[in-house]
Amino acid sequence: MRTFLFQGLVGLSEAMYLWMVAAGLSLIFGVLRVLNFAHGSLYMLGAYLTFYFFGLLGHNFWLGLVIGPVFVAGIGLLMERFFLRLVYRLEVAYQLLLTFAFVLIFNDLVKLIWGPIYQAPPMPPGLDSSLSILGQAYPLYNLFIILVGPLIALGLWFLLEKTRWGRLIVASASDREMASALGVNVPRLYTWVFMLGAWLAALGGALSIPIRPVSPGMGEIIIIEAFIVAVIGGLGSLKGAFIGAILIGLLHVYGVFYVPVFEMALAFILMAVVLILRPWGLFGTREA
Amino acid sequence: MKPYTLIGLCLLIVVLMVLPLLVSRFYLYITLQVLMLSLFALGFNLLFGYTGLLSFGHAAFYATGAYATGLILKNVTNSLIPGVLGGTLVATLLALIIGFFCVRHTDVYFSMLTLAFGMMVYSLAWKWRDVTGGDDGLIGIPRAPLQIPGGLSFSMKAVSNYYYFVLIVTLLAILLLYTIVNSSFGLVLQGIRENSNRVEFAGIPIKRYRWIAFVISGFFAGLAGALLAPLENTVAPAAADWTKSSEPILASLLGGIHTFAGPIVGSALFILLKETVVRHTEYWLLVYGIILLLILLGLRGGVVGALIQFKAKAKR
Repeated sequence: MRTFLFQGLVGLSEAMYLWMVAAGLSLIFGVLRVLNFAHGSLYMLGAYLTFYFFGLLGHNFWLGLVIGPVFVAGIGLLMERFFLRLVYRLEVAYQLLLTFAFVLIFNDLVKLIWGPIYQAPPMPPGLDSSLSILGQAYPLYNLFIILVGPLIALGLWFLLEKTRWGRLIVASASDREMASALGVNVPRLYTWVFMLGAWLAALGGALSIPIRPVSPGMGEIIIIEAFIVAVIGGLGSLKGAFIGAILIGLLHVYGVFYVPVFEMALAFILMAVVLILRPWGLFGTREA
Repeated sequence: MKPYTLIGLCLLIVVLMVLPLLVSRFYLYITLQVLMLSLFALGFNLLFGYTGLLSFGHAAFYATGAYATGLILKNVTNSLIPGVLGGTLVATLLALIIGFFCVRHTDVYFSMLTLAFGMMVYSLAWKWRDVTGGDDGLIGIPRAPLQIPGGLSFSMKAVSNYYYFVLIVTLLAILLLYTIVNSSFGLVLQGIRENSNRVEFAGIPIKRYRWIAFVISGFFAGLAGALLAPLENTVAPAAADWTKSSEPILASLLGGIHTFAGPIVGSALFILLKETVVRHTEYWLLVYGIILLLILLGLRGGVVGALIQFKAKAKR
């Protein structure tokens, strides 16, 4: 029982990285109606750039954490302004393929710039110790992550529900033409939302570097998990992304612990069950 | 089909038939890759170009076909046809199961689901070491002889012999798909793509049609994979990767998705392009991504589509 609970804590911290990626994915889809396949790549870029700035700026983790994701948000700006904007009117398939092209490009660019090797991650000072929880050593850093996740959720909720800018986003998501007619600069709003989504994914990647190796394949793993979260929670729903991420995070840890070979299959079984019972996801809206 | 097209087609088949006498083993190998990718892409395009569903996980069936054929040839029988057919059958069964879930959705959800299921197969290929060999891949797959009931047996050791086998299988399969596409079934699929509501109101169960299209599509992807295993003698998890799933997509787009021959032309272009690029740089995916971007932004009808447009303009 104690092991079970302890594993649950481990799973929760894993879930928070997934939540940050899934949140950005869901936000962008909810407003722009574009599913960004390259969202995992933005997570990867967040990790690499944070690591890069960490080295550049005198090994200060927190400084890297601030600058890295902001840099990725800038990349998001370029992606949205110069590429995505050109395909909004086309079929969904072309939008997906466009973002997939960025997956290929980012993957190789990372290899080109930083090489194909795994980067050894640093642990920020102050958070590099462990606590004794349930009789086992639990890294303080994981606890920090478990706090950051809900804080981001709270921040997003506040942003979307309580600020003028957030209400504009929600309005544009539900009716683009109407918002536009009322004087909202929808294209600019789209750019901002894409940047925010990119920033969230990059923050997840940046926060992951002290405990997960930084490698070119890291984006692909997380984007698949984020898709599963989106299907389970309902694409476009932030609440669904949060709950879904926790479900998948826990399932992942328990799976590795109890059925290692078929661990990945568990998430798919859950996804299949949700698809049969509630095809639009736990918190999604029913398709018309 | 117009007479000129028919003559051109016959010429092409004749050239393909005598190819082993004309070119070196290297070019024969390239042609083999084009043939297999053509099958893969044609199957994929039955869903994409004809039914309007973009699958991002077709490598699952391709890889399953390859792994299953490899396992059958290694452990069950040393005869080529049962091995290839068996592997294709396993892939088709997988398409039956995965398709059941995927066709419940369209558009973004469909793509996302196929990708997720595709990566499930990929992770199984990595982790189920006892069966798949893990990251080493499945090695030592024999290029089994072609045995025909009655005692005839053809050795497939020489690549040129195997080439003939693949060529005949590919031509038969293309003929089959051509028949399917031009049947009333194929017309219904195109109707679903254009306006699924109207087709549904006409009393046609569109989900079932999509499902059948999905299974047929998986069959062709599986067949392409099944042909790969004896050629390479090994199958690695990369066969199930989403980059692999994207190859038929790019091939179809390159050639043109709304024409039957598009994916075949696109496959030839894709393989030539890839072979040229990898000779100069290891960053093939970077070039690949940029090409994809350019096609999406500028040449969405593909090469065959552009040619047809050009011809139409010339007529006017």
